Amino acid sequence: MKRIAYPYLLWILIFTIIPLLLVLYFAFTTGDSQNFNTFNLSLENFKKFFTPIYLKVLLKSINLALVSTILCLVIGYPLAYIISREKPKNRNTMILMFIIPMWMNFLLRTYAWLTLLGRNGLVNTVLARLGLPVLDLMFNDKAVMLGMVYNFLPFMVLPIYSVLTKIDKRLLEASEDLGADVATTFKRVIFPLSIPGVITGITMVFVPAMSTFVISSLLGGNKANLIGNLIEQQFRWTGDWHFGSSMSIILMIFILITMAITSRFDKDKEEGGRLW
Amino acid sequence: MRKVKSYILILVSLMLIFTVGCGDDRPSINVFNWGDYIDTDVIKEFEEEFGIKVNYSTYETNEDMYIRLKQGGSSYDVVIPSDYMIERMIREGMLSKLNKDNIPNLSNVDEAFLNLDYDPDNDYSVPYMWGTVGIIYNKTMVDEPVDSWDILWDEKYDDQIIMLNSQRDSLAVALKRLGYSMNTRDVVELEEARDELIKQRPLVYAYLGDQVKYTMIGGEAAIAVVWSGDAVAMIRENPDLEFAIPKEGTNLWFDSMVIPNSAKNKEGAEAFINFMARPDIAARNTEYIGYSTPITEAIEMLPDYIRNSKVAYPDPEDIKNTEIFKDPADIVEVYDRIWTEIHSN
Repeated sequence: MKRIAYPYLLWILIFTIIPLLLVLYFAFTTGDSQNFNTFNLSLENFKKFFTPIYLKVLLKSINLALVSTILCLVIGYPLAYIISREKPKNRNTMILMFIIPMWMNFLLRTYAWLTLLGRNGLVNTVLARLGLPVLDLMFNDKAVMLGMVYNFLPFMVLPIYSVLTKIDKRLLEASEDLGADVATTFKRVIFPLSIPGVITGITMVFVPAMSTFVISSLLGGNKANLIGNLIEQQFRWTGDWHFGSSMSIILMIFILITMAITSRFDKDKEEGGRLW
Repeated sequence: MRKVKSYILILVSLMLIFTVGCGDDRPSINVFNWGDYIDTDVIKEFEEEFGIKVNYSTYETNEDMYIRLKQGGSSYDVVIPSDYMIERMIREGMLSKLNKDNIPNLSNVDEAFLNLDYDPDNDYSVPYMWGTVGIIYNKTMVDEPVDSWDILWDEKYDDQIIMLNSQRDSLAVALKRLGYSMNTRDVVELEEARDELIKQRPLVYAYLGDQVKYTMIGGEAAIAVVWSGDAVAMIRENPDLEFAIPKEGTNLWFDSMVIPNSAKNKEGAEAFINFMARPDIAARNTEYIGYSTPITEAIEMLPDYIRNSKVAYPDPEDIKNTEIFKDPADIVEVYDRIWTEIHSN
């Protein structure tokens, strides 16, 4: 059995571990990115990052990613719950309808928002027809947030949905038998049991929201630079791979910390669940 | 079940046929160009005439292209960078000398576009298009005369201004407005320009690349900084738009075809460059993209509205106040830093 694992180990080595080490190496050196001979060990990149300009960008990214994640949770949880309560046949159709847009290219879907949100876009045309004031919907932080929620919502709904459908119905019956009303059953049985799905959902939304650069550049009009844009800039335009790598490392550390915090939250709840 | 099987069979055989069709053994060249900057019919014609397959891909800015070439990994046979970038690539030994015997059409190029500072003997480059940078504005939203970069800082046009998402061009606008050279090597002047651009940020609707065309044609913003050739194409689509070259002066630029060192099919590349400099081809290409051709005979073949356009072919006195970008060379990092600072604010 173990032998089957070797190809995967090799895969991880080539495509995860070696690239990660390279990124680390680049992050802690300076020099001409194209010429290994010029590399010098240094903390210069990190020093450069921890200045107000870049920290502000990091804070903004965290802020936008957090709000988008919360919005996804608030919108996604009830949706997952409603779908999970349907008969299996309806359920599958509903989930299918929900993920069909995901079969289309991500970039294309984001571009579509440009025609909807523009000053003379569909939304504003409708508003104007109804005699309502025209809104500034595009090229601002709200547009970026909308893009994130729209694109990442399925990543929140699907894990929650799959956990909710697997909840043992007998537990719900037991709760009812013991006199709990619907709200109490939800609060004390369903929600605690769905926490693993919520945690997965949060990480699956937060991580891409934190590092996206396409959404902020398309819907934000390159005005709302996020950390993803800064990293992209270093690799694509400036060519300072060292600084780009060090920002990637910082982003990674940050994501690791948030994941550690959320998973701790998860464990506590699970233990609490068992105790109960 | 049998039906399904036969469908699959048909599908597989179709796929086989197509893959066999794709495996064409024609020689090929990789052409790397700015987005939206060629008439694709011209490429097809080249392929048919020379039996050389063209793999065409695009980039957004000079800096983008430069990094992609530097990274290696992919090799390109023809690239079309701008003046200052060509200067830098020559300096860094990234370009290969042209065999001018293979490019007789170089003689079609107007002398005004030859032997310029960035490539003194045209050993490396053949001019493709040229133009200026100016302000395009929508007459229904702007009713004052536009003749100065100042309008881009006018609070009246809050959220109505679109800037180019391009380092050198944005800095050039600010530097010119301040009365400095757009090739300044003075950090203080650059930082002043940076501060101006940061001050301008709240008024800016968006920083766009090619997207600016659709946004301005659709009347979604009042004013934008654009390249002259794009202005020609935009005015063609929306007659409310008008183009102006500010009195403080602007950038005069040239995009030229070059062959990188890493080219695998140099003869093919030279054939392509020669083909693009052929008057009839240059004329068709120019008509399609709207930019200004340096090929004298091609201008005569253009439809009147382009040939007489003062946007594409301005009077000499309109562009006497222009500057050509120079490679910042050793202070390229200062430019990069300034640009990042503008964008992170």
